Amino acid sequence: MKTCLVVDDSSIVRKIARRILEELDFQITEAEDGEQALEACKSAMPTAVLLDWNMPVMDGYEFLGHLRRLPGGDAPKVVFCTTENGMDHISRALHAGANEYIMKPFDKDIVAAKFQEVGLVALPE
Amino acid sequence: MTPPDYEYLRKLLKDHSGLDLSADKQYLIESRLLPLSRKCGVSGIGELVQKMKGGSASIIAQVVEAMTTNETFFFRDKVPFEHFRDTIVPELLKARAGRKSIRIWCAAGSTGQEPYSLAMSLKEMGAALAGWRIEIIATDLSQEVLEKSKSGVYSQFEVQRGLPIQLLVKYFKQNGELWQISPELRGMVQHRQLNLLHDFSQLGTFDVIFCRNVLIYFDQDTKINIFGRLAKAMEGDGFLVLGAAETVVGLTDVFKPFPDKRGLYRPSGARAASLQGAAAMPKIAVMAGR
Ligand SMILES: C[S@@+](CC[C@H](N)C(=O)[O-])C[C@H]1O[C@@H](n2cnc3c(N)ncnc32)[C@H](O)[C@@H]1O
Repeated sequence: MKTCLVVDDSSIVRKIARRILEELDFQITEAEDGEQALEACKSAMPTAVLLDWNMPVMDGYEFLGHLRRLPGGDAPKVVFCTTENGMDHISRALHAGANEYIMKPFDKDIVAAKFQEVGLVALPE
Repeated sequence: MTPPDYEYLRKLLKDHSGLDLSADKQYLIESRLLPLSRKCGVSGIGELVQKMKGGSASIIAQVVEAMTTNETFFFRDKVPFEHFRDTIVPELLKARAGRKSIRIWCAAGSTGQEPYSLAMSLKEMGAALAGWRIEIIATDLSQEVLEKSKSGVYSQFEVQRGLPIQLLVKYFKQNGELWQISPELRGMVQHRQLNLLHDFSQLGTFDVIFCRNVLIYFDQDTKINIFGRLAKAMEGDGFLVLGAAETVVGLTDVFKPFPDKRGLYRPSGARAASLQGAAAMPKIAVMAGR
């Protein structure tokens, strides 16, 4: 079973993302900030992480740095999903080991396209 | 919309763009032409048709454009671009080693995502193509989509469908909510307005033709006619790439499927009956009075 950890401090965004990703056959867990997300990854590495940038306690960028240094932490495909839509943020995220990047607002087509990009969703026949 | 108006529009569209509407597509016409009527300041489709019958070439062109479907995205369907990178270009690198040039035609390039996907693919191949002269010609019936293609400017939504983020970072410049593809890539693509119903022999001969998601709108005779002329516009060892819902099978034998590569075709060398019909200006274009 493919699993996806959805990390966002907005419960509405988590709910929308969950609905879209469940349709793409992911089993979903949620976290409200980077620290919770890191704990979740320590107990079970997900297949993918959908990651907001700006969050209280620990932001997505810092989380990603920690994740990539955990044992097995290079495995999950990390897809940023954020209103930080500037080229500078995108470049920083890629350097820190993000696999894809969604600029909010997003919809089902974009999420599906980006998860195809990282090889976790098959192309439509 | 009155039945005679519908029939008039159906015939006009078929003659001008090849669009083959079945008898029950009134809703489609209404959804596209009501906004256009408002834009032109006429009361509705009836009045629009009156103006068309009055011979207003500009209204006719606008109606024909409004009825085209321009949906496209970067690296659409992925597989054709894998064929391009893994099969087409490597084969041509060998076959054209003498003249070191490759000519590529996007025969319904729409807003540019397809030709620019090819341009990016070529850039990504890097050194293998150093010293080669590569031409990409993007054509479309619609002037409006060509203008957008030339500008190379895309919305945040458009750059997130099919375009890997690494390529966005590498080849685009951000301007607020919009993204523009680099001048270098824009310079790789030439644009021309062209109706596939009309003669296109003036474009010359190509090594690669992408003709995707446009023939689906045409009837069988039109498809056969276009395949015949595409074969003439292609080198004997060239490559034709069609859309996911399109095929030559059962229509013509001037192209044959490339084994195990879905959507990829090569000239068969056959001079089929359909080619004779294609030698002159296509019948449809003559009917359209152009
Ligand atoms: C659905 S788009 C396909 C774009 C791209 N090839 C792709 O596969 O994503 C179809 C395009 O065909 C163009 N078109 C329709 N009829 C045409 C004709 N008779 N000659 C040339 N282009 C035509 C439309 O303007 C539109 O931009």
